[in-house]
Amino acid sequence: MTDAPRLEPHADELGTDELLKLYSLMVRTRQLDVAAIAWQRQGILPGYAPELGQEAAQVGSAYALDFARDFAFPTYREMGVALAAGVDMVEYMSTHKASWHGGLWNPAETHVAPIQAVVAGSVLHAVGWAHGQTVDGTGNVALTYFGDGASSQGDVHEAMNFASVYKAPVVFFTQNNGWAISVPTERQVAGGSVAARGAGYAIPSIQVDGNDVVAVVRAVRAAVEHGRAGNGPAMVEAMTYRRGPHSTSDDPGRYRSLDDERRDGGEDPLNRLEATLREAGALDDATVADISEQAGEFVEQVRLGVDALDARPGTEMFDFVFQEPTEALAAQAANWREESEHV
Amino acid sequence: MENTVVEMSMQKALNRGLDELLTEDPRSMIFGEDVGGLGGVFRITDGLQAKHGSTRVYDTPLAESGILGMSIGLAMAGWHPIPEVQFDGFAYPAINQIVCQLGRMNYRSRGTLPMPVTLRVPSFGGIRAPEMHTESLESLFAHVPGLKVVSPSTPHQAYHLLKKSVLMPDPVMFMEPKSRYWQKGEVDTENPGDLEGSVIAREGRHLTLIAWGAMVARCLQVAELAEEDGISIEVLDLRWLKPIDAAGLAASVSKTKRAVVVHEGPRTAGLGAEVAQLVSESCFGVLKAPVERVTGFDVPYPSGDLEDEYIPNIDRILFGIQRVLEYRRG
Repeated sequence: MTDAPRLEPHADELGTDELLKLYSLMVRTRQLDVAAIAWQRQGILPGYAPELGQEAAQVGSAYALDFARDFAFPTYREMGVALAAGVDMVEYMSTHKASWHGGLWNPAETHVAPIQAVVAGSVLHAVGWAHGQTVDGTGNVALTYFGDGASSQGDVHEAMNFASVYKAPVVFFTQNNGWAISVPTERQVAGGSVAARGAGYAIPSIQVDGNDVVAVVRAVRAAVEHGRAGNGPAMVEAMTYRRGPHSTSDDPGRYRSLDDERRDGGEDPLNRLEATLREAGALDDATVADISEQAGEFVEQVRLGVDALDARPGTEMFDFVFQEPTEALAAQAANWREESEHV
Repeated sequence: MENTVVEMSMQKALNRGLDELLTEDPRSMIFGEDVGGLGGVFRITDGLQAKHGSTRVYDTPLAESGILGMSIGLAMAGWHPIPEVQFDGFAYPAINQIVCQLGRMNYRSRGTLPMPVTLRVPSFGGIRAPEMHTESLESLFAHVPGLKVVSPSTPHQAYHLLKKSVLMPDPVMFMEPKSRYWQKGEVDTENPGDLEGSVIAREGRHLTLIAWGAMVARCLQVAELAEEDGISIEVLDLRWLKPIDAAGLAASVSKTKRAVVVHEGPRTAGLGAEVAQLVSESCFGVLKAPVERVTGFDVPYPSGDLEDEYIPNIDRILFGIQRVLEYRRG
């Protein structure tokens, strides 16, 4: 057996302008995330899966992609990814508004796949998409998101094996946030880490501090470059912490204490980046206030949009099942219209 | 006028259809277990990798969820995947990708990510195969929103329905009756005929036998035997198992006023129940007897020694016909 190949972080440091951009995206993500929990409490959203504490991992990984050509495959907890990718956040939040399961944005245009409710469900899709890029010779890269819990799914292992066999340009990006609902990583992941599994499939891997956005960007940039160059898949495990509940229906008090959270959560990724920028003289109180205010205005616009979202017309239940609807389905739709809309 | 009718086996018809698809549709792509150099365990893809290259026809690792999941991603990237699961029962490990992903991606994405995937599934029994090599998945597949399901019964249909399925923008479960792979029949390559809905395989007056896949040939045998006793049997080949041709069923049974549906899969919640209900809805007023079902039993598919007891055989189909013909109200 050969030694586990290690993915080395990208050599380029990030410039101050890039760090400020990342900071701004992370602030927006944080404010929208906190707001979304409030909206759930206010009855605007039926439910929400907070990403609190994962801003660096989500924004940093998305920032390292070129969404004009690359494709991201999120789960149901990648709000910061969608935001950094430029997805309309009202259309994104529509999934939590119970408007449409996959979300209302156009994945074909934005290159952000629909919300995926099945844990590890889309990891293989990333491999197929990436293999298609290889055959077409595009140099485009797929990035698939999955958590420490999802890493237990067989599909992740099939995906890693397929990707390595075909040298598909896929970035396997794990956010190890310590918890799969109530089950901690040590009871979830055998073999030391998710990244360690890369060795079994000859996939260069790296484990990074997922609360350090610079480390995340440099690791994912290296992984993307690896794929673009035709060298196949790479894996990045971002060690972070789910500071909030699994979802707004969850009660973490049943499986961890506030002391646990304070001890294990580490330093807030947003505070860390802010401190770095202040030390570099790139950020002062006025700029922080300015960015925060802009984020607040952005969140308010999203709130107005989400609040204004009407239920989708019932005909859409039928419209999107097939590209070419069947007569039987058309008959069901007609019957539904007659009985529910009295037309 | 050039004669375009050629005698060939279903295996050859499928092979030729795939060969032409690869030539005519540059975005088509065939992959699965052993479909490359070996040409598949049933040789359906024989010679295709040599002719079209290993980017268009290639082997996958031995993992069906991977095969189906990859198909979805390839479809998102603009390809027309034609994956194969080697045997029907091997679709079970991929059921999450089939049910939760393939059947729903067009819906989930509001029509922006179409899934033009044709999954080839060597299907049904009759070949003395090991366990999980002889399953009938049509009622499972037909129950899943977003999937279309078809099963050819002849080489001609296999050739044309496969080509049609691959060019459709929706996912198609293409169920090949493996016990019929080596039976020859006439294929008219230029004149497909109507490929929508069901087809009357034999006309008759007294009763309609409804079947698909390998059971069509068996029902035709039964019809010949019944003819000797003066019973005129119509055999309706359902072909499309989703959507089911309700109008075709209605037309035939309105005429014969009696129906028996025959399938290999287990009886409870089998597709025969759906067929019987559709016939009841359209023909209740003229039916001379309840629609009879002759099916597999609610048991795991048995070993080869017992499979002739399990699959509807000629005697059991004749008994079913007899029950319908002798039915008296009250």
